[in-house]
Amino acid sequence: MLSSQIKSNEIVFGSCNKDLLEEIIFYGIGLGADFVEIFIENTDNSSVLAEEDFITSVSPSFGKGAGIRIFKEKKDGFVSTNDLTKHGLMRSVTQAIEMLDIVHNKKREVFNGLNKLRDYSSYKKKWINEVPSIHEISEKLLVSTKSLKKNNKVITRKGSYSRNLQEVIIASSDGTYVSDIRLHQTVGLNVIATDAQYRSSGSRRFGSSGMPNEFRLWDHEKAANEVFESSMNMLYADYVDAGQMPVVLANKFGGVIFHEACGHLLETTQIERGTTPFDNKLNEKIAHESVTAIDEGISEGSFGSLSVDDEGMEPEKSVLIKDGILKKFISDRAGELRTGHKRTGSGRRQNYSFAAASRMRNTYIAKGEHSKEDLINSISDGLYCKSMGGGSVGATGQFNFAVEEGYLIKNGKLTNPVKGATLIGEAKEVMTKISMCGNDLELAPGFCGSISGSVNVTVGQPHIKVDSITVGGR
Amino acid sequence: MNSKEITTQISEAADSLNLKKWDYGASLSNDYSVQVDKGEAKQLKASQKQILTIRVWNESNLVGITTTSDISESGIKKALNQANIASDFGNKNERTEFSPLAKVPIEVKDSKKRNPVGIKKLLTLLREAEVRLLESHESIKSVPYNGLSESFYERVYANSDGAFRSHTKSQAALYLYARAEEKNKKPRSSGSVKLGYGVEDIDIESCIKDASNKTISHLNYSSIKTDKYLICFSPESFLTIINAFSSMFNARSILDGVSLSNKNSIGEKLSTEALNIYDDGLHVKNISSSPFDGEGTPTKRLCLINKGRLRNFIHSESTARIFKTTPTGHAGLGSKVSVSPDWIVVEKSEKNSDLKTLLDHSTYKGEFVYIEELNAIHAGVRASQGSFSLPFDGWLYKNGEKISIESATVAGDIKYLLKNIVNIESRQEVTTSGISPHIWVNELSITGDG
Repeated sequence: MLSSQIKSNEIVFGSCNKDLLEEIIFYGIGLGADFVEIFIENTDNSSVLAEEDFITSVSPSFGKGAGIRIFKEKKDGFVSTNDLTKHGLMRSVTQAIEMLDIVHNKKREVFNGLNKLRDYSSYKKKWINEVPSIHEISEKLLVSTKSLKKNNKVITRKGSYSRNLQEVIIASSDGTYVSDIRLHQTVGLNVIATDAQYRSSGSRRFGSSGMPNEFRLWDHEKAANEVFESSMNMLYADYVDAGQMPVVLANKFGGVIFHEACGHLLETTQIERGTTPFDNKLNEKIAHESVTAIDEGISEGSFGSLSVDDEGMEPEKSVLIKDGILKKFISDRAGELRTGHKRTGSGRRQNYSFAAASRMRNTYIAKGEHSKEDLINSISDGLYCKSMGGGSVGATGQFNFAVEEGYLIKNGKLTNPVKGATLIGEAKEVMTKISMCGNDLELAPGFCGSISGSVNVTVGQPHIKVDSITVGGR
Repeated sequence: MNSKEITTQISEAADSLNLKKWDYGASLSNDYSVQVDKGEAKQLKASQKQILTIRVWNESNLVGITTTSDISESGIKKALNQANIASDFGNKNERTEFSPLAKVPIEVKDSKKRNPVGIKKLLTLLREAEVRLLESHESIKSVPYNGLSESFYERVYANSDGAFRSHTKSQAALYLYARAEEKNKKPRSSGSVKLGYGVEDIDIESCIKDASNKTISHLNYSSIKTDKYLICFSPESFLTIINAFSSMFNARSILDGVSLSNKNSIGEKLSTEALNIYDDGLHVKNISSSPFDGEGTPTKRLCLINKGRLRNFIHSESTARIFKTTPTGHAGLGSKVSVSPDWIVVEKSEKNSDLKTLLDHSTYKGEFVYIEELNAIHAGVRASQGSFSLPFDGWLYKNGEKISIESATVAGDIKYLLKNIVNIESRQEVTTSGISPHIWVNELSITGDG
């Protein structure tokens, strides 16, 4: 008896929480809220760092918390707490109601109770026992860092692994009642190489979602070779000469250009802020006709994939741009409410302490018909960006991103490696200059930081040619 | 649970698990923030958060760690257990100990803790600020990024050797980022951030004025020709560069092989003799100051560069032991303890006779590029190689006129930059990340569309 009383007064993962969640939502609606959403999470994370030939850090973490969001007309109040008791959750609802200055009125929204649980977690509960142990991870990381020591020029070798397991319950006053388990694993390798005054670095990151075995299957030798070769190629590289030039962006992480330059501007949060040049451009040409771009959350195992978004909606495959024509925006609940664009299953957040926002998932430019060689052969004087670093986009659509590994293109051939390049431009302009797309689409994992925190995403593209872009250098 | 109760809980749970040596750091916070959109509340947020990081030492004196937001009795026990398991993988090559300074008495100054003003007051103030910013110039059409917040938190460090430190404080922040548009021109944006111990300490008027002036000043823009230019770094942008390359002063980075310095670099000439740089977390203007670091070591003022020469590195307990010195109060708390600067103070030394003092950003009539703010630091800085290539907001000054620069990057090498400082203006300015005067540097590469 005592046991069941305790359970009914606190969220317990693995148990039925429906009555308690309904009680809390009824409470919020009763106080005059238009909409109540509860997001509850339980996390179990680990990270391991190998440096040279030693494990230098093992960092487990775990936690729980709830984010409660109340909508009244088009504004919302969001309260997060670590207190998952009935009292704690009720207090959070009250706080959100008070923040919004909601007063009781006769016209109340109707809450008919929660629907039957949509349980996306049932086959995932075994994952926690299937992921590699710290011991197994450590051994493989040490083998990986050993593989990076291919000559005496390599002075620093690092391998890092991180695993995030997130169990979530989402319930809201439209009846949504969902549970899910998300598993993300990433592994990265880094080297620094020196020779006299020359210095270079190389790095690669790999990642997956929902695949407990992925780290075991990871080809560390191939990855180590790639990182080592990149650092050696760049060791004696000269600084790139700055200027306007055509560039070819490699596939995989080269897709960060689309992510930064265009993807963010197609999120409804940008329409809400009035910071996208693409607002009111639906069904208009915003890119070169060779560009078709997609955002989806359904590619199996991809880092940005999800069974259900953080607002309880299954992710859809959204064709954002079709043959250069803008077809859709990436939308969440608040985006639909405030801009009218239908939700796309893209409401995402880093954790319970952030309100969900419209965010990209797996975002890529679709493959075209050209070979990589076609693209390079078409340029007499330009830059090949083989590996991209991070980037960002400003409030007026100006973007920038760093080139980690670049090569000059002379008369249709790749020549010398160059370092220090930054690509800068305006989203609206660069999209019209992507004139050729290759036939070798590949995806790469990454982390995207924005309004609702850092979320796992995939960027991707085939090799693409941009006719002209500003390359910052020396 | 309050901090004393957490310490008691950990102590009792550690005893029951036969863990003799432990320490922990905790952060307990309450935050409130508002955003507005054209006079209406957009999002109002409140959060109550607690984070606990526990380290334990096993019988082989290896350290294990766990972080959790579950500060219940069962959560603390679970955290200790996990940390104990993780200690099997503790770093045998670099031992971690308690800081020898974790129990040194600290003179805790007035923390200037303020009382909450509440969400409604935050909302009223931000609404008014938005309206006044929109009214300040007809070209300012929106304030797409804005926020007013207040935070109240307690930081705690304690260990099984009897050290206990606790620090409570409050902090408020206002940011206004405006967007201006004129016919046949590209939209331009800029903004301002102000911090205070509480909302009543924030100079809202100057935040509105700064955001408006900066935004409007970028309306008259032009592309810049790619070339080498004489550069004047604003205090904020120079501090951004110094912080981005702070691995030069960081003992942890040196041991990890990712610093431009090495163990023997102390005394090395890095810049003009006229430059002094300190790290001064306790500076009276540092709103975010804390009297102790993640390992309980007291925060202190430390000279990093004196008359152009590298004088000290910043340390944790373990790096200090390896370098045979004392911890400096710059550690985090982790399985591998991070080290980072607190609050950089840049000043002109008394050895400044070779500076070109005619270079003053408010009076100089020759051609130069003024860098107001550097962007995308995470993407454009190669700290381990010393190079940077960064987009910036700024102006080209020519013949006494200034024109905002459209889409440009500044690129260079930090060692070159420091050695080519040609003037350090006399007046220091307080920013959100430290204090610095305007700094002039000869011949840095600017890439533009012109």
